[in-house]
Amino acid sequence: MQLTLEGIHKKVGPQTWLYDMSIAPRSGAVTVLLGATQAGKTSLMRIMAGLDVPSGGRVLVDGKSVLGVPVRARNVAMVYQQFINYPSLTVYDNIASPLKLRRETGIDQRVRELAHKLHIEMFLDRLPAELSGGQQQRVALARALAKGAPLMLLDEPLVNLDYKLREELRDELTALFAAGDSTVIYATTEPGEALLLGGYTAVLDGGELLQYGPTSEVFHKPASLRVARAFSDPPMNLMGAMVVADGVQLDGGPLLALNAVAPSKSKLTVGLRASALRVREQPGDIALPGKVELTEISGSDTFVHVHTLVGELVAQLTGVHYFELGALVTVYFHPSQVYLFDADGMLLLAPVRGGGH
Amino acid sequence: MARIELDLAHAYKRNPEQDSDYALLPLKMTFDDGGAYALLGPSGCGKTTLLNIMSGLVTPSRGNVLFDGRDVTQASPQQRNIAQVFQFPVIYDTMTVAENLAFPLRNRKLPAAQIAKRVGEIAEMLELSGQLNQRAAGLAADAKQKISLGRGLVRPDVSAVLFDEPLTVIDPHLKWKLRRKLKQIHRELKLTLIYVTHDQVEALTFADHVVVMTRGRAVQVGSPADLFERPSHTFVGNFIGSPGMNFLSGRVDHQGMHLAGVTLALPAGRVLPAGDMKLGIRPEYVSLVPAQTAGALQMAVSQVQDVGTHVILSAHRDGCNLKARLSPDAAQLAVGDAVWLKVMGEHTCFYKNEEIVP
Repeated sequence: MQLTLEGIHKKVGPQTWLYDMSIAPRSGAVTVLLGATQAGKTSLMRIMAGLDVPSGGRVLVDGKSVLGVPVRARNVAMVYQQFINYPSLTVYDNIASPLKLRRETGIDQRVRELAHKLHIEMFLDRLPAELSGGQQQRVALARALAKGAPLMLLDEPLVNLDYKLREELRDELTALFAAGDSTVIYATTEPGEALLLGGYTAVLDGGELLQYGPTSEVFHKPASLRVARAFSDPPMNLMGAMVVADGVQLDGGPLLALNAVAPSKSKLTVGLRASALRVREQPGDIALPGKVELTEISGSDTFVHVHTLVGELVAQLTGVHYFELGALVTVYFHPSQVYLFDADGMLLLAPVRGGGH
Repeated sequence: MARIELDLAHAYKRNPEQDSDYALLPLKMTFDDGGAYALLGPSGCGKTTLLNIMSGLVTPSRGNVLFDGRDVTQASPQQRNIAQVFQFPVIYDTMTVAENLAFPLRNRKLPAAQIAKRVGEIAEMLELSGQLNQRAAGLAADAKQKISLGRGLVRPDVSAVLFDEPLTVIDPHLKWKLRRKLKQIHRELKLTLIYVTHDQVEALTFADHVVVMTRGRAVQVGSPADLFERPSHTFVGNFIGSPGMNFLSGRVDHQGMHLAGVTLALPAGRVLPAGDMKLGIRPEYVSLVPAQTAGALQMAVSQVQDVGTHVILSAHRDGCNLKARLSPDAAQLAVGDAVWLKVMGEHTCFYKNEEIVP
């Protein structure tokens, strides 16, 4: 199934919720809609589902317009943030409901198979209210999958769960998506989640579609500063700079020997991912002495906030590391790791990646 | 300030019979004077019950609570001299910021000059000095929560300040600033601070000692590095870190450890009792090595995730699954590729019945 949105936009009263955009999510793959709250993810998804009509533009399925076709007739499955199940039906009947509606055969086998995949087979006779939040969301997911719809829309389905549960369920969902052939649209506010889901990513910001492409390509080559900001956690370190004769001069800081591909004296923004900063010097590194503002420890990573001459920077180190508040520390990076954005915030240069891309 | 000692158990049910009847299984724990502690665990693990027992909001069904050696099991929060900060701001909307901060001191009838001095100090620390004369009602949620934090911290003589998920209402990009504030404040005021959260970043960032809880049990008390390097229980290994620690089931005898259909020699100098055991290794410590390297398993790649700053590789062999966090170069690997992954090394831990073998 190929869904295509052509030149759609959405206005509500005097407000524009979605600016003119076109997108054809890759058929049979996962497309992540990534953006902060209010970026337009849900508005776009509702138009894809047929729950809302755009103020202009066309929505096509396999080349045919589906505007005006009611949701029921569209064969779309949807999962929301809140756990939505039929409260008076058992888990079994919840999962079976879309199948019964279509008078399918082999319902029992299909229900048990899905319940097994989502680890809720022991709760089939219970009511949703007797389950934990994570289990309830599993039921909602199983029902959506039971539908076997060619288009599946998930609006931040894991946001209300504990992070460990989120991790587990995300892994399972990735496997289920890969095994099926539905086109999946998955909205999230978290860059990390988009990366773990893989597939394709559409970055939304303030009602605009900024970039669409394979997830890792969008991450590694953000077309603009806005994309880089939206698709970076922790935030990308940004520093003001100017093009000079022999490279790029950081405002108040060292010179980077780089070909900026921009006219001399033009203003630039230098971007550096937190993971590109380190505390042990390597050959060719640029040093930025500073003072520790805070050390955040996530378990797998330590995020060190460092106040330097070129502003506040965040360095991401693997594992658990301690730094006293106010301690002096020097952070290092290799100039080949920087992103350069021009005065309009458009990408001029991205780090070349190992791995032959 | 006080040293808090707990030796207790708690069941909300009468006549508890089995483990699952207890909100808190029997535990013995000491919180040192002036320490920064976090109680960390998933919802329903008993962390809030434990906090409420320390504050005096809940009386344990068994055992006692000592403050500096004095039994306060039956004492109220006021008698224990506890300050508590909750998930949502608890402030007086009609009062100014300064009046809100001064309230706990006025109640205790401190001299006006002393109150003004202390309110000034706390406001300065929390960057509220500019708003001292504003009415609290008009402030944003995070400013209101800062006032709540300030009220918790304003009394210099409290036994302990207890925080119950205090940053829930704070905007994500402001959270780290408040985490930093709390850390600074702990260093400056030297109060005993106890912080309840389900968020590992908050717990590990804030506390010097983290109590990890699950199903009414405190499974480990340790520094963030302890929890990462040597989780004393498989629950901790999995709960801390993302993805969590890998566990491979096997059996140990004089030859080494048998797992996934092969036998691996134990790390040099490592002696283990014979029997069924789990090998635990963090994805960060699994490395891609040349074929036949000692301590390595040959496995088949099942998934390669480019998560931007690194690659998460999932691999399997003989029903065993393993995740490795590798450098971005590993993105060239493809599903089905055979790889050698080193799992035996100095960072490898061993578990018997889910508990670490020392």
